[in-house]
Amino acid sequence: MKGWLATRNNRSEARADAPAWTLPDLAAEIVRRCQEGLRLAAMFGVPEGGRLIVYAILADDTAARLWIAAAAAATGAAYPAITREVPAAHVFERELWEEHGLIPEGHPWLKPVRYPHDRADRTQTMAGYPFFAMAGEEVHEVAVGPVHAGVIEPGHFRFQCAGEDVHHLEIQLGYQHRGVERLLERDAVPAHPFRNRLAESIAGDTAVGHNLAYCGAMEALLGLEPTPRARSVRDVALEMERMAVHMGDLAAIANDVAYLTGNAVFGALRTRVINSSLAACGSRFGRGWIQTGGVRSDVDDALRSLILKNLGDVWSEAEGMAEKFFSSASVLSRLEKTGIVDQASAESVGLVGMAARASGVPRDVRADHPWGGYADVPLRPVTQDSGDVLARAFIRYLEIRQSLEVIRQRLEDLPDGAARSTSTHATLPPDRLAVSLVEGWRGEILHVVVTGGDGRVIRYRVKDPSVHNWFGLALAVRHNGISDFPLCNKSFNLSYCGHDL
Amino acid sequence: MLNLAVNLLILFGAPLLLVGVINRTKALWAGRRGAPLVQPFHDCFRLLRKGAVISDTTTPVFRLAPSVNLAAVLLAGLMVPLAGGGAVISFEGDFVLFAYLMAMGKFARVLAAMDTGSSFEGMGASREALFSGLVEPAFFLLMAGCMAIAGQTSLADALPALQRSGGLLQVALVLGVISFFTMLLVEGCRVPVDDPNTHLELTMIHEVMVLDHSGPDLAFLQYAAALKLVIVGALIAALVLPSAAPLGVSAALLLLVLAAVAVATGLVESVTARLRMTHVSQFVFLMTSNGLIVLAVVLLFKFGGLR
Repeated sequence: MKGWLATRNNRSEARADAPAWTLPDLAAEIVRRCQEGLRLAAMFGVPEGGRLIVYAILADDTAARLWIAAAAAATGAAYPAITREVPAAHVFERELWEEHGLIPEGHPWLKPVRYPHDRADRTQTMAGYPFFAMAGEEVHEVAVGPVHAGVIEPGHFRFQCAGEDVHHLEIQLGYQHRGVERLLERDAVPAHPFRNRLAESIAGDTAVGHNLAYCGAMEALLGLEPTPRARSVRDVALEMERMAVHMGDLAAIANDVAYLTGNAVFGALRTRVINSSLAACGSRFGRGWIQTGGVRSDVDDALRSLILKNLGDVWSEAEGMAEKFFSSASVLSRLEKTGIVDQASAESVGLVGMAARASGVPRDVRADHPWGGYADVPLRPVTQDSGDVLARAFIRYLEIRQSLEVIRQRLEDLPDGAARSTSTHATLPPDRLAVSLVEGWRGEILHVVVTGGDGRVIRYRVKDPSVHNWFGLALAVRHNGISDFPLCNKSFNLSYCGHDL
Repeated sequence: MLNLAVNLLILFGAPLLLVGVINRTKALWAGRRGAPLVQPFHDCFRLLRKGAVISDTTTPVFRLAPSVNLAAVLLAGLMVPLAGGGAVISFEGDFVLFAYLMAMGKFARVLAAMDTGSSFEGMGASREALFSGLVEPAFFLLMAGCMAIAGQTSLADALPALQRSGGLLQVALVLGVISFFTMLLVEGCRVPVDDPNTHLELTMIHEVMVLDHSGPDLAFLQYAAALKLVIVGALIAALVLPSAAPLGVSAALLLLVLAAVAVATGLVESVTARLRMTHVSQFVFLMTSNGLIVLAVVLLFKFGGLR
């Protein structure tokens, strides 16, 4: 592909090799490539020496390839918006506008992504946000949040309703902005375990996923290769996280439709999965299990049989509960045809992960850009067609089964040798760039690390799957009853802090 | 006198106990031990001891509503036949006053909810008004059936008439019980109509309308909601229990029926999901169609010679 640097998941590239474009040309090229079927996986700016370099990363999901290109730009530069042709790019262009003042001309929804510091234009405040509005008889506006009932994260939801029907939902996030990327850019020993703890905190429900992405990028830059045993243990950790969260989500979906039995049973089963994780690494959420270069806690024979037994028991009970849950008329009546995102919409807004697969888009990093054990044992993405809450619930059940298969395979064929790693104190190589993709339980996690001339990290870019999928939620609730919003929301279960960073 | 004392004791004491039984049933079903049966009493007294926070945007309507609601529901409760074959207050045509006292309580709550100016409460009020509006005609249809058989028009006299006549009227009796149980789920804001445990404002009906109330006001509202369970439960008991039993036996039987109703409610909440909001009306129409069938059966029985 002319004008692009070819790379793969978890590979370090020299920044100088990335072809340079002008910003308008790069924008036009991205539109062209996306129309050919490639996917814009990331686009971000790196301020360096008084100027700004914009990097774009395209993903070719059919050929397991990533393509990188760059463009130099001055703050305040304008270019024709990519979003007009490629809606999935909306969030990248808003970020470039918010963080660096680049102006995407013709962007239909140019408003800040995160709140409120780190912004190029600090006059943009909540009071001045341009929310879409509707007018007419029986039209009313419902504002929910940022403070919610229950223990959940803050976010503002603005509904435009006619009676009970939602016509439009606008989601404004950013309240959880903690400056995670800046923390990861701070000068420190790159492979110090503290960095792993930080990566685990990007989104607390995806500790393993984000940590793996961090490790992938760092290992690529440092030239570390985890041992086969470490790779298998990592896959087990990732799949246990997926099992636990999916199980918890099924419980939460049951709770939202007030189906007590499902809530109680799935909730109890989730506890048994996370307790297995506790036995493995000392944390129910897999914190501290994995670290750069390998893992911190190996799986010995006793632990191996404990995990296999626990998860096997969990599965046999989950199967029985799921049989009742997915055949109960009252449950199905709530889940079926609620919150539909059709395949075309899912493609166009760039849904990732489980939400995309529920709408018939077989997008799964484990299959498309395999790393670690997934490169050795191929995995077939599970998909559903209907794109409704039922599909997003049922796909969780199917993925729990798939995760269990992966865990069984990895543990039964666990390679001998060392798995634990000790921290290395090497510094990173200068002027390099590495992209790491991981399929977390929610979907594609992307970390990009860019180093400067002295080997320091000058840009650490994190993309949680929620960044794309929040817009999918907004689409899903259109023309649904407003009372079904919480159910739709739960079926996506997106991260606020993962989005806000 | 003893009769009155027993009836008042049941009317005032049973509501919170009933809530305790429902919660306990759900807990046991879910494999939990659950809160003590008297927990709702503790909650209620806790609220009564608290102060109330009242929003600046509200008017006196907001403050009055919980008291008006409780008074109306209590008064309605006095007309329901309890133990010993009679209600505290009973007169010809009292069912009309009963229905509109219940409606008046609702009206006060709807006004208070609108008074807060919150979009959540407005939605809850609109739902409450719609669903309870649908219950009312269904209730009258059912009463019409009972009164046609009894030839009398007070709740205490009309309700037991269905069981006394036997024969084909057993069908009407069963449908009547189903109807009143439906009414209990709607009036008591239970699953599948409403979810008393949810924290999701957008899906609530009753719960969202009480969000801005606190302290004793909230206690009044919660107590009135529980009282409705006893009231409708007592309507069911009046349908099925023998009306001419000694006071002790009849009180024990009444409590038994109330407990059974609470357990049934808890079980319904455990094994069914909540209805989609647009399907709730259809669920209430179940009660209307039952009422129509009861009336038709009664008329055929009385005038068509059908046995």
